[in-house]
Amino acid sequence: MAEGIWFVAEQRDGELRKVSYEVASTARRLADEAGTSVAGILVGASQDVAAKLAAYGADKLFVVDDEKVRDYLPVPYTQIIAKIVKEGAPAALIMSASTQGKDLASRLAARLGVGLAMDLVALSLNDDKKIVAKRPIYAGKVFADVLPAGDPQMFTTRPNVMSVIEPDESKKAEVVSVALDLDEKAFATKVAEILKDTSGKIELTEADIIVSGGRGMKGPENYHIIEELAAVLGAAVGASRSAVDAGWRPHTDQVGQTGKVVSPNMYIACGISGAIQHLAGMSSSKVIVAVNKDAEAPIFQKADYGIVADLFEAVPVMTREFKKVMAE
Amino acid sequence: MEIVACIKQVPDTETQIKVAGDGKSIDSGDIKWIMNPYCEFGVEESLRFKEKFGGTVTVVSLGPARVVESLRTALAMGADKAIHIETATTELDALTTAQLIAAALKDVSPNVIFCGQRAVDNDQAQVGAALAEVLDIPHVALVNKAVVSEDQSTIRVERPVEGQTMVYESTLPILLTTQKGLNEPRYASLPGIMKAKKKPMDKKDPAALGVEMGSRLEVLAITPPPQRAAGKIVPGETVEEMAVELVRLIHEEAKVV
Repeated sequence: MAEGIWFVAEQRDGELRKVSYEVASTARRLADEAGTSVAGILVGASQDVAAKLAAYGADKLFVVDDEKVRDYLPVPYTQIIAKIVKEGAPAALIMSASTQGKDLASRLAARLGVGLAMDLVALSLNDDKKIVAKRPIYAGKVFADVLPAGDPQMFTTRPNVMSVIEPDESKKAEVVSVALDLDEKAFATKVAEILKDTSGKIELTEADIIVSGGRGMKGPENYHIIEELAAVLGAAVGASRSAVDAGWRPHTDQVGQTGKVVSPNMYIACGISGAIQHLAGMSSSKVIVAVNKDAEAPIFQKADYGIVADLFEAVPVMTREFKKVMAE
Repeated sequence: MEIVACIKQVPDTETQIKVAGDGKSIDSGDIKWIMNPYCEFGVEESLRFKEKFGGTVTVVSLGPARVVESLRTALAMGADKAIHIETATTELDALTTAQLIAAALKDVSPNVIFCGQRAVDNDQAQVGAALAEVLDIPHVALVNKAVVSEDQSTIRVERPVEGQTMVYESTLPILLTTQKGLNEPRYASLPGIMKAKKKPMDKKDPAALGVEMGSRLEVLAITPPPQRAAGKIVPGETVEEMAVELVRLIHEEAKVV
């Protein structure tokens, strides 16, 4: 009988990424409701690092601490995690819908032959103690409640949406070391190089605050206005598709249906009309602020706060005022 | 080189999505169908590989009769042959889709398979990795650069992740999922469109492919997006006033900063 809510943590250079705490917390909340236990799986980091997850609700932790898998490799990660999951037989497996989480979960679900609900924003237990997930589809124009079948049911949670529980440092977990032990064939793909992003830019999908500019920016030379606001707020800078297609900003800055999906605490949209495809990328934002001189712009339907104003006048004032606030 | 591009036909992103009467599917009347934008990058990259190394480009798609149009578009772009797996719907679960494609490709020994990183209708991003697992070949997702070695024995790909770019090197065969930035897909030319009509369109009956139809992801309900509480337009006589008040609200009311 499949039992237990498990999670797969994510590490980078041997340290836990924030999404690890999100999936551990999600697993713990569900397990408490279902009256069962939580175990976590961590590949590529040490037992000491894994043990940090005890404070976030893990009762048991499986750790694969091997140099060969320090960096993410789809096949070895899939195979070793599948092995651990088959032996432990949990009822559910929670992963992050981070870049790594999404394709790892997909390959893993196929290997295990189970259903996978991807990039969900909410989870709940139904009367049969099965987990139902709510996820956006058609770029968030509608949402689907889905029920993955199989043991375990698999899920990936949208980053920055599931809250992290208050850690309890007094909690301890049983930490089990698992040997890698895979066929050499599993390593047909190797990491040749890692090109670190040295620009100091804050990653959009992980930013707490994003300031984004669209067609209303009128040209690449004007983005310094929002970059200054972003600097004061410690925010990342995004762009709409119009700005990217016009060549004003790189497509790695694009937020939207064919760009990045972000879920910051605050999203400030400057000169962005709010087309459905853009909303698809930022509708999970907790607070949406819009600055646009067109009172009819659709963005105002979704914004929590809006000002109908010329961004070239408004944004520098906002920068000045936020500077004062931050100094308090 | 044997190259395969898997494509999905999806509703145009401008389409108004309406929930069907049963409350758990989409009303498919009035939809303009297009090739999934991410799949286009796969077709284009396939054609570039063929231009460089010679060989054949096969495109595959699963779905009802209407998907033939997207397959013809790929043929018009320059693909050599198409395989249409005739299923009633494009919304089979990811593993079933992968198994059907794998079975349909039984007589093709691809060196490289391209899949769009996700479909813009169900936004699942699952089929590519699932297909690689079913075929027991390596995969790298979200590549924006792919270079095959001159002797065609290895491939070097780049995949941007949070804060860095991973560069992987792999033996072939391999499956890659494609994202924006990989290339600029070409438009089908008029001669291309004419030639496409004569290119092979192989029909596959799913029953004959020996794949059990799974239902690993049940849709219980489709609902409109969660309503956000109504927002406020910040008042003010001047832009200065509005902006000052806006910051005050964000700080004191929303307490974000």
